[in-house]
Amino acid sequence: MNAHSSPTLWNRLVLWYHQMGSPPYFYAFAGRWRPWFIAATLITAAIGLYGGLVLAPPDYQQGDAYRIIFIHVPCAWMSLFTYAFMAGCGLVGLVWRVKLAEILAMEAAPIGAAFTFVTLVTGSLWGKPMWGAWWTWDARLTSELVLLFLYLGVIGLYHAFEDTRQGARAAAFLARIGAVNLPIVHYSVVWWNTLHQGTTVRLFGPSRITWPMLWPLLTMALSTHLYLGWSLLGRARVALLELEGGKDWARAIALKDAPHG
Amino acid sequence: MHPVRKRRLIFVGLILGAVALATGAVVYGLQKNMNYLFTPSQVLAGKAADYRTFRLGGMVENGSIVRDPHSLKVDFTVTDGDRTLPVEYTGILPDLFRANQAVITTGRMQGGTFVASEVLAKHSATYMPKELAEAMAKAHAKHHVEMPPTAGGTP
Repeated sequence: MNAHSSPTLWNRLVLWYHQMGSPPYFYAFAGRWRPWFIAATLITAAIGLYGGLVLAPPDYQQGDAYRIIFIHVPCAWMSLFTYAFMAGCGLVGLVWRVKLAEILAMEAAPIGAAFTFVTLVTGSLWGKPMWGAWWTWDARLTSELVLLFLYLGVIGLYHAFEDTRQGARAAAFLARIGAVNLPIVHYSVVWWNTLHQGTTVRLFGPSRITWPMLWPLLTMALSTHLYLGWSLLGRARVALLELEGGKDWARAIALKDAPHG
Repeated sequence: MHPVRKRRLIFVGLILGAVALATGAVVYGLQKNMNYLFTPSQVLAGKAADYRTFRLGGMVENGSIVRDPHSLKVDFTVTDGDRTLPVEYTGILPDLFRANQAVITTGRMQGGTFVASEVLAKHSATYMPKELAEAMAKAHAKHHVEMPPTAGGTP
């Protein structure tokens, strides 16, 4: 990057950031990108599930029962990723009072709660045959359950306020505070003796899983990220229309889409 | 940065810092108490003496499993590599229960034996096909690396 191009690139980034903050611009942008997100979600999920359920070999210890990781682990990663995203957007909303950041934070919460719920249910279904117990109060399971309660707390607090934006700020604050739970969930298997296994897939250092099992897992992780994008853009569009119902741009859309407009 | 925004950022940052500090203190404080299980060495060193019921964790020692032919009673030895403890259990065992497998048992000491009311199997964080596990076990055996024949349960 040379000295001439970097200010223009920066300017374009700043411009993009401000354009994104504008509800009509974001509404149109999200509408354009949603079909691509869902198409990519379905394609990667099909590849990942075929790779995981058909192509991948059975595990030396757990046989075919391990195949639930192709759902369980991507959902568990997403439960943390979505929370971090929610807390990050919440912070931008709290400090800069960007309307769109508040909306993205609040609309991410139900999606993250769903990922956490799926993680807990699939973990339970896996735990019974392998460990011999549906549930145990070890550090990983307990901290993941606390994560679900945090999500539910954020959703509940948001809806407890008459004024949407006030509710969003209060809930974003709770989300921000609850973020201390994220490293606890991640490191729980390191800090304490747990029944839950340790880390298999590592960003730094070798992963303890063979490639025929790893690539479907990573493909499913990509798929769940794309799903979050698709779901979040759709939810944010609806929330924007609700919040800005009286504004000209929202009226124009309503008139254009009305059947007898 | 606008002074109002700066104030908000500092405010949120300070609160977050305080909560993180408090949580860190709690986590640190619980570190000693919140351990999910005791190893045979810890039990024999008297670390579990304060508890009537506690969890004992370790590997099922190779060749130590003795099943009672007339009931669901099973005796085995749990080891952590240094010390061992005999365990007695009556009931249905999880699929993964086998020699050289990590287990977590709940129960109490009766004399020198740990009488378990629940046995859970802990699986390792390693995933690989059976053929690879066998090939690795063979290679380890060739190079005189001590490893269980099933290559199972290395934590």
